[in-house]
Amino acid sequence: MSDAKDPLKGYRGHARSRLERWGMRVWGDVRVRNTAGSTFEGVILPRGETFDDLHLVLKLKTGYNVGIHVDRIESIEELGFKEAVYKIPEKAFPVTPDLPNVTLLGTGGTIASRLDYRTGAVIPAFTPGELYGAVPELAELCNLTTKKIFGVFSENMSWAEYVPLAEAVGEAIDGGADGIVIGHGTDTMGHTASVLSFMVQNSPVPVVIVGSQRSSDRPSSDAALNLIHAVSAAASGDIAEVQICMFGPTSDRYGLLHRGTRCRKMHSSYRSTFRTIGDVPLSVVDRDGFTAINPDYLPRDHSRNVRIDTRHDDRVTILYYYPGMKPDVVDALVEKGYRGIVIAGTGLGHVNKPLFPALKRAIDQGVHVVMTVQTLWGFAQMYVYDTGRDLLDVGVVPLDNMLPETALMKLGWVLGHTHEHDEVMAMMRNPISHEITEREPHNGYLILQGGLPEVDEFITDHWK
Amino acid sequence: MTDSLDYKKIGLRVGLEVHQQLDTHRKLFCHCPAGVYTSSHDGSVLRHMRPTLSELGEYDGTALMEFKTKKNVVYLLHKSNTCTYEMDDTPPFPINQEAIDIAIEQCLMLGCDIVDEVHIARKQYLDGSIPTGFQRTAIVGVEGSIPFRERRISITQISVEEDSCREISDCGHLIVWRTDRLGMPLIETVTGPDLRTPEEVEEAILCIGRVCRSTGHVRVGMGASRQDVNVSVAGGRRVEIKGVAKAGLAPALVHGEAVRQVNLLKLRDELRGRGLCDAEDIHVEHEDVTNLVADSQVDHFRATNWQSQRATRAADPRSELEHGRGEFCVRAVVLRGLARTLSWPTQPGLTFAHELQGRVRVIACLDQQPTFIHDAKWPDCEGAQQELERLRDHLDCGGDDALIMIWGAADDTVTAAKEIRLRYVDALDGVPNETRQPKKDGSTDFERILPGPDRMYPDTDSPPQAVTRNRVKRLQDTLPEPPWEREERYGDVGIPLPTIHFLIRRGGARLVDLVVDNCGSDLAWTCYFFGERLKGLRRSGVPVDQISDAGWLALFNRFSRQPALRDAWKEIVSGLAESPDIDTVLADLGLNDRFDDVPEGVRSAIETEPFQQPAYDDGQLNRFLMGCLMSGLRGLVPAVEVASALSSELEART
Repeated sequence: MSDAKDPLKGYRGHARSRLERWGMRVWGDVRVRNTAGSTFEGVILPRGETFDDLHLVLKLKTGYNVGIHVDRIESIEELGFKEAVYKIPEKAFPVTPDLPNVTLLGTGGTIASRLDYRTGAVIPAFTPGELYGAVPELAELCNLTTKKIFGVFSENMSWAEYVPLAEAVGEAIDGGADGIVIGHGTDTMGHTASVLSFMVQNSPVPVVIVGSQRSSDRPSSDAALNLIHAVSAAASGDIAEVQICMFGPTSDRYGLLHRGTRCRKMHSSYRSTFRTIGDVPLSVVDRDGFTAINPDYLPRDHSRNVRIDTRHDDRVTILYYYPGMKPDVVDALVEKGYRGIVIAGTGLGHVNKPLFPALKRAIDQGVHVVMTVQTLWGFAQMYVYDTGRDLLDVGVVPLDNMLPETALMKLGWVLGHTHEHDEVMAMMRNPISHEITEREPHNGYLILQGGLPEVDEFITDHWK
Repeated sequence: MTDSLDYKKIGLRVGLEVHQQLDTHRKLFCHCPAGVYTSSHDGSVLRHMRPTLSELGEYDGTALMEFKTKKNVVYLLHKSNTCTYEMDDTPPFPINQEAIDIAIEQCLMLGCDIVDEVHIARKQYLDGSIPTGFQRTAIVGVEGSIPFRERRISITQISVEEDSCREISDCGHLIVWRTDRLGMPLIETVTGPDLRTPEEVEEAILCIGRVCRSTGHVRVGMGASRQDVNVSVAGGRRVEIKGVAKAGLAPALVHGEAVRQVNLLKLRDELRGRGLCDAEDIHVEHEDVTNLVADSQVDHFRATNWQSQRATRAADPRSELEHGRGEFCVRAVVLRGLARTLSWPTQPGLTFAHELQGRVRVIACLDQQPTFIHDAKWPDCEGAQQELERLRDHLDCGGDDALIMIWGAADDTVTAAKEIRLRYVDALDGVPNETRQPKKDGSTDFERILPGPDRMYPDTDSPPQAVTRNRVKRLQDTLPEPPWEREERYGDVGIPLPTIHFLIRRGGARLVDLVVDNCGSDLAWTCYFFGERLKGLRRSGVPVDQISDAGWLALFNRFSRQPALRDAWKEIVSGLAESPDIDTVLADLGLNDRFDDVPEGVRSAIETEPFQQPAYDDGQLNRFLMGCLMSGLRGLVPAVEVASALSSELEART
């Protein structure tokens, strides 16, 4: 039964049959009396899908929710009914002629939201009018257009989403946008940033991907500040590349703009989770403007024409090597039809000896095998040890300091253009957007170790 | 207007929200240790809070207020009691089951019905006291009641929730918190508005406190229990006095609030009498008069004064975060038709000006002293009166108009002017819903607009938790008795109520029951022992609280076998506090043996004791001899036995 029509949304099994018998429905204002003589007055809420089928959920007048076991219900009556209508009254986003035009593309998730306190639901705010209500500061930065491309959690995204997204970016640029912002879940933001760096080339304007680590309904959320920074970068920043904009430190101090191909989510929950790996970020962004960190970027230039190229082949995978890996894993991948394997090898790009014959078999069958490093930082330098040299002989091609996830995206994109081995490898090793760099600066790897006195002292004196 | 009140006539209603910290090892939603307080920090985080709109497109009143303050919020972190959960950088871990159990115990003792499924909700707070911007809280029990005087108080609900940060400082636009206390489990017991007088409030607080203590599973000490008191009078509105630290402070606060509400209702009538009924009728104008008063005699109006205050704090790198936006500004706020309202009495000893100052201080972040000055209470330095005349003239203030002068950062003075007008609008309605903070002198000050039930929504980070009836039964079976039953039981053997309350509050009751049940000790004697005798010993510095349960049991078992030992209780307990082995203690005191032949002992004492004075009368002789005998026999032979043997012996000799 579709959500729209189901009067007992989410209720199943025992609880549902009881509620049906009593003629109850979700959003009804009810009075419940249980066998202990307690009375509860409130609104019947929908039941979460993964919760059991024994309890009824009410939002009480006091604001709290409680679960009542249906077997303990002595009597229940509906006192009123008010359908939950999640339509937010809109104020129009102000249009200011002198301000840049920014297009915000939505992929799912809630960069801004409202709360229906009656039911406790979090309602996404996405249209310009809704966003204006939630983050009025945006009106000082740009004129905003919004377009929802699709609505999925980012962990559910795939090539099927990347294509329409890249095309939408192209359309928005052709439509005259001065900058593009893409609202995106943080789980796979790095992956999308990488693949868009290949699918959207030569952009005249910034393309800024943004999300939030704390959901936007919370007072403490990083969503609003991230959005303000991202819109600012899109509207008046100078970096016409695909970039990620998220918090710098976990404090509300500044955001960082990271190049899309070298940015990775490095902590499951910290606001400061996104980091540039093996290099320095592009720029700092805060309420006062931008402070460039890396001078090497493609500057804004309206005379350039963007190239949208969404060709790809999704038969690619990452093989995360571990000691004791058996060759049958490789054989299985080949058997299942994968055309490209990115190995995340140990050390300088190594796997165990028993895998060599399997890899050779794969390569002989036309599978393209490339090597990246599990350590994320550092180069795959396979000529240093025997293992690496032997792998080179087998035909595995090193990708220097390309990140494993970026390599996966690029390999999929490249295989949409050619399957000719030498061409594939030439394209893989030829950087389009710094996914391989020639030099790692001394400050490209800075994981400070907590517990050391000088480090702890530094942390104490600076905002986290 | 008088300060004494007929509480019944004014319809005084008071309810309580009692917060009690639980004695758990860990915090409620993370694995940090609970109860570790620190005064230094290893790291600090800067945050800001933004309100979320409701689906009606409006900001919740409290959230809007907090947003206007534009506060910089700093959290100081210490690694011993803070993890990434407290920083709001990690989602909650599964809820602490120990805390749920203790909450259920409390519910059972208060006669509540335990909910079938516990749902955690988010209660928004934007003052920064919780880094997430909301407190996680969940109802565990509903609809209980407790005996109180000749009636009962209703218990509306009991919830389990996480404690907030401790405030370190609040200056201007910067508020600083410590996260050590954050996340510690609390239970909140909410009563119905059943209390009728200030004295009842104090008593009820103590009564609920005794219930908490009776579970034996709550924290004791400073700050472990706090109460919020909700006060309203007929025609008024509920005002929450938040954070009453001790029960003894409650009566003055409740009385003061009742007086305040009655007076605010009278102010409402006064304003209506002047034809002021709606928001549109309140005319408050403001003007930047900085240049006009640049050479003022009044210190507050001079920019140099303000700047030097800033300079003294400039050494602290964080002090910049305290500042509001804009240059120094002196702003005149004209209250049209509102003359004689600033001096309207509100709380005992305070006026309506104090109400306005509270709003200005909190919302405009102008925390100088005084918050502002006004024409009903103008400074009397030389030339000041003439300045007032000039200002009134410039601003076209008539006899019916009042004048307030505010100074500070320009943006803040504008916010202040707006808040002054809003408070007058509220005054048309009588008593606004507020949360107020108690002061030591029994007065209260504005803290925030009272949050409504709208501030809550489900916390989807945690799944709901079913509470089975088996779990409830398990906890019911081991539940200690509630305090009123203990009062009756102890009272029946003649223990006075204050002693019983002391035993419940300080944990002695548990020991009483322990030794009575296991050692056959007499209840009354044991109550006096733990409730009175031990008190004195403790006061004189003997570490009696270090004696373990096993130690007490051993001691009282001896008391049962050798009743004489009871006379020597002081020496024995003092010894036991230092060395836990009862045999050693008794041996050291020479009390290990029985003394069998009392009559012989008495005879020999009479013959050997050197008393020469024939002037001793019988009574004195008796007492003297008892003294001599007991100094040797105390603890070996019960005093009554010695006394009776002595009497017989003396009688035989006469």
